[in-house]
Amino acid sequence: MTATPAAARAHARAQAGAAAVAMPTIPARDAVDLPAGVSPEAVLWDEAVAAGGWASRVLPRGSTLRITDVEGDACAAILLHNADQPIERLNVADTVKVQWQAYLGVGSLLLSDMGRVLATVTTDTSGHHDLLCGCSNRAHNQRRYGTGDLHGPCPNARDGFANALAKHGLDRRDIGPCLTLFKGVTVLDDGALRFDGGLGAPAHVELRAEMALLVTVVDSPHVLDPRPSWVATPLRLTAWRGSPTTVDDPLWSATPESERAYQNTEDLHLGLTG
Amino acid sequence: MTALDHAPEPPSLAGRVVSDEVVAARAPWSRVVEAGQILRIVDLGGNQAVDCLLYAAADPTERYSAQDTVAAQGNVYLGTGSVLRSCEGTPMMTVVADTCGRHDTLGGACSKESNTLRYGQHTKHQHACVENFLTAAARHGMAKRDLVGNINWFMNVPVEADGTLGIVDGLSAPGLSVDLRAEIDTLVLVSNCPQINNPCNGFDPTPVRMLVFEPEVAAP
Repeated sequence: MTATPAAARAHARAQAGAAAVAMPTIPARDAVDLPAGVSPEAVLWDEAVAAGGWASRVLPRGSTLRITDVEGDACAAILLHNADQPIERLNVADTVKVQWQAYLGVGSLLLSDMGRVLATVTTDTSGHHDLLCGCSNRAHNQRRYGTGDLHGPCPNARDGFANALAKHGLDRRDIGPCLTLFKGVTVLDDGALRFDGGLGAPAHVELRAEMALLVTVVDSPHVLDPRPSWVATPLRLTAWRGSPTTVDDPLWSATPESERAYQNTEDLHLGLTG
Repeated sequence: MTALDHAPEPPSLAGRVVSDEVVAARAPWSRVVEAGQILRIVDLGGNQAVDCLLYAAADPTERYSAQDTVAAQGNVYLGTGSVLRSCEGTPMMTVVADTCGRHDTLGGACSKESNTLRYGQHTKHQHACVENFLTAAARHGMAKRDLVGNINWFMNVPVEADGTLGIVDGLSAPGLSVDLRAEIDTLVLVSNCPQINNPCNGFDPTPVRMLVFEPEVAAP
């Protein structure tokens, strides 16, 4: 059936139109089950990511990215970089310190290491997230599950980040601390970390890009997940066009720190467009 | 936790002093601490935050990870017994003695840019830890992309039940110290924190002492 180039070509072409659990929607406007008010023409990206998989994408300022835990047992490790100058990236320490808050929720700002807002959390139906524990690496999965290689059954998140970023010319030095969605952790009185698991049902979080972003997402078990086997379920990533947070949005002036962070971000864009 | 009235004695160190330096207030410092050596950091003036980053000397793309460290020990605070891990999970250094009692690794380093968020634009041109880290990193062929979430020795960042956290009055006092044993050859970068807008340095940055010690090898 594939003994000659012509037969192999026919065989390859006959695969077109097949469906998989993890695949992008191309063109993106063909995405289905869009949030209310989002027109197909506004959709920039729609992609299903299998457990253990990863995806990255440049999104324009003002767009919204919805990250969906489709079946209720996903864990999304996320890196954010300034797409125009990736030397600017998510700073988890500044994110918690500047906002005087260790936990993530609606209204949280994801801050860069340059005193600006990368993204605003505008929607959250999960309530189970983590900024403290980061993501798995190969050694962790090797210890926990007996294997952690990307090509194996228990891929680790850090190597997924590395490969995703490599396709944007970046490398391991560009992987800073990350955030994780859909699995939560609580800090107890003595500083001990308690793993809270997830919602146990489908949920989604929406991030509004406050500058052009390189978003990198890996779906992989949380490092404190106590289950002996590697368990994760698929993610869906959907983004659509919109506008960045403006001065009349209550989030802009919610705190003195948020106001200055949005002002600094607006100031950057004066420089880019003026 | 409350601050001590007087400094308890750190454990005595037997062996050879490899280096003994005082880092001026507001200054950077860096040195490779070889596997088995002990780095003692002494808070000479009291309540002086010492911002610290670690790199595997053999491959500096492997560096300290606050997230790996707190996840592996199941606790956000650092103290005696804490193993400081890399982004690949490798133990880099171990806290083998600590007369202060609690240290931070959530709050990161101050920067000119984060100062504008925390205090206002008037603080943009004050010296900051990220500037010291950039200076120290450049001495070793590294740059901004090599900077990640760091350790803050002698800095007190409690996390309350609702997640509220912040840099508050310190637990440290003059003469308190922390001893770190290198598990691998480790490049240590330090910023002796110049911050004057929060209590991490008692609003008065002071010098710290960095003592590297080679323990005696027991006779066979």
